[in-house]
Amino acid sequence: MKILVCISQVPDTSTKIMLKDNDTAVNTQGTTYIINPYDEWYALIRALELKESGVATDVHLITVGKADTEPVIRKALALGGDQAVRIDADSIDPYQTANYIADYAKTVGYDLVLCGKESIDYNNGSVGVMIAELLDADYIGFATNIEVEGTTATVKREIEGGEETDLVNFPVVIACQKGVAEARIPNMRGIMAARTKPLNVIAPTAGAAVTTILSYEMPPAKAGVKMISPDNMDELVELLHSEAKVI
Amino acid sequence: MSVLVLVEHTDGNIKKKSFEAVQYAAEIAKKINTTATALVLGTIADSELENLGTYGVQKVLHVADKKLDELHARAYASALIAAAQKEGSKIIIALHDINGKAVAPRVAVKLKAGLVSGALSYPDLDKGFVLKKAVFSGKAFAFVNITSDVKVITLMANSFPLAPGSGKASIEKLDVTFGDKDFGIKVKSVDKVTGEVSLVDAELVVSGGRGMKGPENWGLIEDLAKQLGAATACSRPVADAGWRPHHEHVGQTGGTIRPNLYIAVGISGAIQHLAGVNGSKVIVVINKDPEAPFFKAANYGVVGDAMEILPKLTEAVKKFKQHK
Repeated sequence: MKILVCISQVPDTSTKIMLKDNDTAVNTQGTTYIINPYDEWYALIRALELKESGVATDVHLITVGKADTEPVIRKALALGGDQAVRIDADSIDPYQTANYIADYAKTVGYDLVLCGKESIDYNNGSVGVMIAELLDADYIGFATNIEVEGTTATVKREIEGGEETDLVNFPVVIACQKGVAEARIPNMRGIMAARTKPLNVIAPTAGAAVTTILSYEMPPAKAGVKMISPDNMDELVELLHSEAKVI
Repeated sequence: MSVLVLVEHTDGNIKKKSFEAVQYAAEIAKKINTTATALVLGTIADSELENLGTYGVQKVLHVADKKLDELHARAYASALIAAAQKEGSKIIIALHDINGKAVAPRVAVKLKAGLVSGALSYPDLDKGFVLKKAVFSGKAFAFVNITSDVKVITLMANSFPLAPGSGKASIEKLDVTFGDKDFGIKVKSVDKVTGEVSLVDAELVVSGGRGMKGPENWGLIEDLAKQLGAATACSRPVADAGWRPHHEHVGQTGGTIRPNLYIAVGISGAIQHLAGVNGSKVIVVINKDPEAPFFKAANYGVVGDAMEILPKLTEAVKKFKQHK
C-alpha cells in the first residue's frame, strides 16, 4: 500500500503578518517557515505509523514550491518517509496546486493520500478535496482516527453536530486533524538520514489558476479596552447589553 | 441564470447559518438583476422549506432522497451540478463549514470554477468578482478575484445579520440521477452531540485558559456559559494538558471562531490564540495580570482573580435575564 502525504510550507505560528507593495503582497522578509502543523502532526505521523506497523509499503511526501521550500521538506523527511517530490512552481491558487499534485499522483497510483485539514496560511481546506475530485476518489475531511485493513480504511471524522465512523475503499484522500496521531520530534538519526533521501524536483504540469489575490488588509485596530471593576459585574452585563448589544 | 445556494438542515430544521447563506445568495442575485434558487437535500417538510422564501429566494429545489440525510459529499456535488444546469447558475454558494468544505471544492473542480473559501463580503463587481476572506488564521484579510466564468463561494457563518422579509418561494421537486461512486463512503455509526451549543456556530462563547488553574475549576466556566446560553472553549495549553477536550481548542492550530461575544478567562492572549478568535465582534478579557497582551485586543477588560469574578459575573447575568 502506497501513501502520499501532502506537505505545505507555512509561516511559523508566531509570525506577525506584515504587508508590502501597497498591500498587494505579504512581506516575508525574516519569516521562519514550518511544515503546516496539521500536515506534520497528523497526516505525516499517521502515514509513518502505518509504515512502521507494516500496513504501508511506501510513504512519499509531496510539496508544491520553489527551491526555498526544500528545508521544510527535508525537515519532513527527517521525521520519516522514503522519498519526497517537489513540484517546482509557485502555485497561485488551490485549484492549481491540486492539479499539480493530482497529475503527479496519477503517475504513481497511491492508495491513500493524506493531508492536513487545512493549511494555516490561506485557510481554504480545499486542496485535498480537489485532489480527490481530480483522482475520482472519495474524500474524508476532519478525520480524527484512521485504521487500515486490506484495501479499506475505517475513519472516524467530525461531522456537523457530531462524529461518525465511515468505511471507505482505496483510493481515498483523507484530511487529518487532532486525534489521528501524536506529534513527534525528529531524532538525530532521522535528520542525518533525511540528507540522503531522494528529493525529486519535477516540473509542474499545465494547469491554470482560476482565482488570484489582488490585495491584503490588516484587521482594524481595536478602539481600546474599557476596564471594569471586578466588583461591578452588573455594569459589565449592562454594557454588553446596551452598548455592545451582544446579549 | 439564477444564483444557486445549498441549504443545510438538522433533522428537517434549517440551520440559522443556512438562512444567512440564502439571504446572501438573494442579495447577490439582486445586485446582478437575477433570481436566487435554494437547493435542499434529504428529508424535510414543505412547511420548513417555505421559510426560505422570507430570505429572498424565488425558488426552492428539493431532492427528497433520504440517503442524502447523511453527508455524502459526492452526491451533494452531483445534486448541485444538476441544479446548476437546470437553473443555468454561474454563481454557486455553500457554507464554509464541514459540509460546504467537502462539497464546494468538488463542484468547483467539476465546473472548472474559481472558489473562494470562507467569504466575509459580497462580491465587489467593480474590480472583477472580488471577495474578502480571512488569511493566516485571521491575522490578515485577502481580497480574492475569481477569474473563471463560473464562481463558487463558501460563506463564513455569522458574517451578515438576518433580515427576513415577506417573500415567497415556489417549491419544486428535483430528481437527480446519482452515480455509483456518489455513495461510496459507508457510514458505520453516527454519534450526534445534542443539547450542547456547538462551538463553531455559537454566537456567545466563554473560554478558559491556564489561569483557570485546573480542570476542577471548569464548573465556573460552564455555569457562566449555561447562564448565557454560550458554548465553551479553551486555549491550547488547556487542551494539551487534557483539562478540556480538543474540539474546544480555539486558536491558530485549533478552531477559528467568530462569535458575537467571546469571554476569555485566564488566557494571556498569545498571537496564536488571538488568530483564532479576533474575528469575534466583542471580546471581554478577565485576567489577573493587568499586562496580559489580550487586553490590547479586548473591548472590555476586568483585572482580578477569575475564581472570584466568574461567580459574580454569572450572578449578574442571571439577575439581568430575570429582569429583562
